[in-house]
Amino acid sequence: MKTMKKLTTLTALSVIFGASGALADCGIASGRVAILSNDFPALQAMAAGAAECASATVEVTANQTTEHRDLQVAALTANPAEYTAAIVANSSIVPLINGGLIRPLDDLIAQYAPNLPQLNKITIDGKVMAVAFMANAQHLFVRDDVLAQVGAQAPATYEEVLDVLAKIREAGIMEHPFAMNTAAGWNLGEEFVNMYLGHGGELFEAGGAAPAINNPTGVATLEMLAALNAYANPDFLTFDSNATQALWESGELAVAYMWGSRGGAILDDENSTPEVTGNTSLLVAPTVGGGTLPASTLWWDGFTIAANISDEDAAATFQALIHGLRPEVISANNNAAVWLMEGYVPGAPAAGVAATANAGARPYPMLPYAGLMHTALGNELAQFMQGQESAEQALADVEAAYIAAAREQGFLR
Amino acid sequence: MPHRTFLWFILPSLTAMILFIALPIVSVVVQSLFVEHEQVLVTVENCGPFGCTEETRVDREATAALREAQPLGRFNGLGTYFNRAHLATAELSAAWRESETIGAFFSQVMNLPFYKALVFTLSFTFIVTPLVLVLGLAIALGVNGLPKILRGPTIFFSLLPMIVTPLIGSLVLFWMIDAQGVIGATLQRVFDDPNLSLKASPALTWVTLFVYGVWHSAPFAFIVFYAGLQTVPAETLEAAMIDGATRWQRIRYVVIPHLMPLAVFITLMQLMDNFRVFEPIVGFQAQASATSLSYLIYSHLRGDVQQFGSAAATSVLTIIGVAVLLTPVLIRTWRDFNRKRV
Repeated sequence: MKTMKKLTTLTALSVIFGASGALADCGIASGRVAILSNDFPALQAMAAGAAECASATVEVTANQTTEHRDLQVAALTANPAEYTAAIVANSSIVPLINGGLIRPLDDLIAQYAPNLPQLNKITIDGKVMAVAFMANAQHLFVRDDVLAQVGAQAPATYEEVLDVLAKIREAGIMEHPFAMNTAAGWNLGEEFVNMYLGHGGELFEAGGAAPAINNPTGVATLEMLAALNAYANPDFLTFDSNATQALWESGELAVAYMWGSRGGAILDDENSTPEVTGNTSLLVAPTVGGGTLPASTLWWDGFTIAANISDEDAAATFQALIHGLRPEVISANNNAAVWLMEGYVPGAPAAGVAATANAGARPYPMLPYAGLMHTALGNELAQFMQGQESAEQALADVEAAYIAAAREQGFLR
Repeated sequence: MPHRTFLWFILPSLTAMILFIALPIVSVVVQSLFVEHEQVLVTVENCGPFGCTEETRVDREATAALREAQPLGRFNGLGTYFNRAHLATAELSAAWRESETIGAFFSQVMNLPFYKALVFTLSFTFIVTPLVLVLGLAIALGVNGLPKILRGPTIFFSLLPMIVTPLIGSLVLFWMIDAQGVIGATLQRVFDDPNLSLKASPALTWVTLFVYGVWHSAPFAFIVFYAGLQTVPAETLEAAMIDGATRWQRIRYVVIPHLMPLAVFITLMQLMDNFRVFEPIVGFQAQASATSLSYLIYSHLRGDVQQFGSAAATSVLTIIGVAVLLTPVLIRTWRDFNRKRV
């Protein structure tokens, strides 16, 4: 965390980067640009910006789907690759690197974006493998009016969150005032990782793939998740981001732990009432169990360029993507994300992510076996959350499931 | 027909079956015997917008060399079949030794992903299949008794659940049974319990999935039975009526025996289909409470790391399961066939 602590500094830094003016037009002679990415407004804006580079000699296509992670390895393994660019995050870049499917970007950056700030460069073993352009983290959303009704301050720790929730329920304001993204599977695994790192836990033994979650910290993590979700709607094991956002916008929640990237859509005047949007505050992710770091992980989204394509296509793709992220695109879509690019003015929707990053939350681990642990957590914790088994049994199950998978993938003997 | 002519007749479909069914199955069996190479790990410095950290990474060159030497991976024999994600023999015997009661043993078994999925898959198959048969026959008899003018529209509406794409059908129901949805909210009011949720309790989720399965498949049984009803010999029915048979007796002793071959056919199709139950689990986001063998395969192949060996092993076990399920029905069909030939 030494390079940067403040997202506001990032933005200031990137102002210098835009001064070159080299990005004013695409200037691509010819080539193929095919983008594979997740599907949300910020990435749609970027792809639309890149599509402006299409001409008689330049072909620009985009496949934007929430299932992008399941396509990317197969699509980029083909030669030539089906897509010239894959938009990835901390976790989804790992299989691409393991497979050697993406190319180092140092020469392209030197040629076409020499002023790209250091903070945008995802550097692995000395080589820039991705250009990060937005940040994300889960953090607290609270309803100021409901908190005021029960005379509570904005909670800074999860213990305080529990107090506030108890007061809201006792006052009869809401029966289920809380929600987090706890859908069984990836979402539930992510909540465990956040809460566990917030407790100061480490997912793996130092220097290897051996799991380290079956311990008192893991039990404390699960107990906190269970205590919080006692205040959630009983359907909570089906809650993904779309579900929690809809619940918030319908005014049925007072405290929620959701992705920062939803902030723009929650605060805008669509699908909700002024009573809800006007009283919504985006706060730093709480600390837990006397820890000092927020119980959340930081995520970046960035672009990578396929290895199995011609240099001409790679250059065209790089330029088109930089064009899609030029200051005009960013400022026109200012509230769609917490951008790490020039032209971004941090607004209210970014407050939670910025505060969480400033408070020192850790980035999601970019480890080759983290995905296996995440899958095991997502699959094995549901029974505990339903109250069908003990925390110790759930953690033992996660450990056993992870070890079986890690052995099969060659990470453990 | 001479054997030569017969061969030419089936050659196109035989080729397609070998190419698209037999060879993929062989490939899946081969894949299930191998696991990934040992990953050579190195520690490197990763930097990003949130700073630099020392992190472990796969040494790509070293791993690529291993892959070059053995493209299929490490041979693991039947190891994958017996690990915790599949048959879990070691965990089973440990559970048997440690549990004092049969109940405790079963709760340990249900904790293993494969057996959990197997129990749901079998329950789904054996509860939904008979209900589909009975309900399909009831609808067919009902529609057959309607005046001619009403039959067309009734048949169309009865077929709707089958026409709707399974994923869409389950999503529509998923929203209706939400605590905020039409069915969910009504149930809460009827039972006067604000915490009643069809999505939260495993038992109710199972029931929801069974109801969905019957709702989705009954039209198939209905249309087949309805077609069969048009061929019931009128003379036999009239003779039964003259003999004083009630409506129920006519159905029991004339209609049902006549429809028996169709019932065998529907059972066969339903056993196969229901054993592969998958879409409703995704549509209802029911994976917390109910997983099926097909869902396990899907889950092995999703996410950042794809586990091909695991998915292949579960696929082979599923194929074996289907074969075991169908054997009694196929033996029966074979006997009928031989009897007719004589």
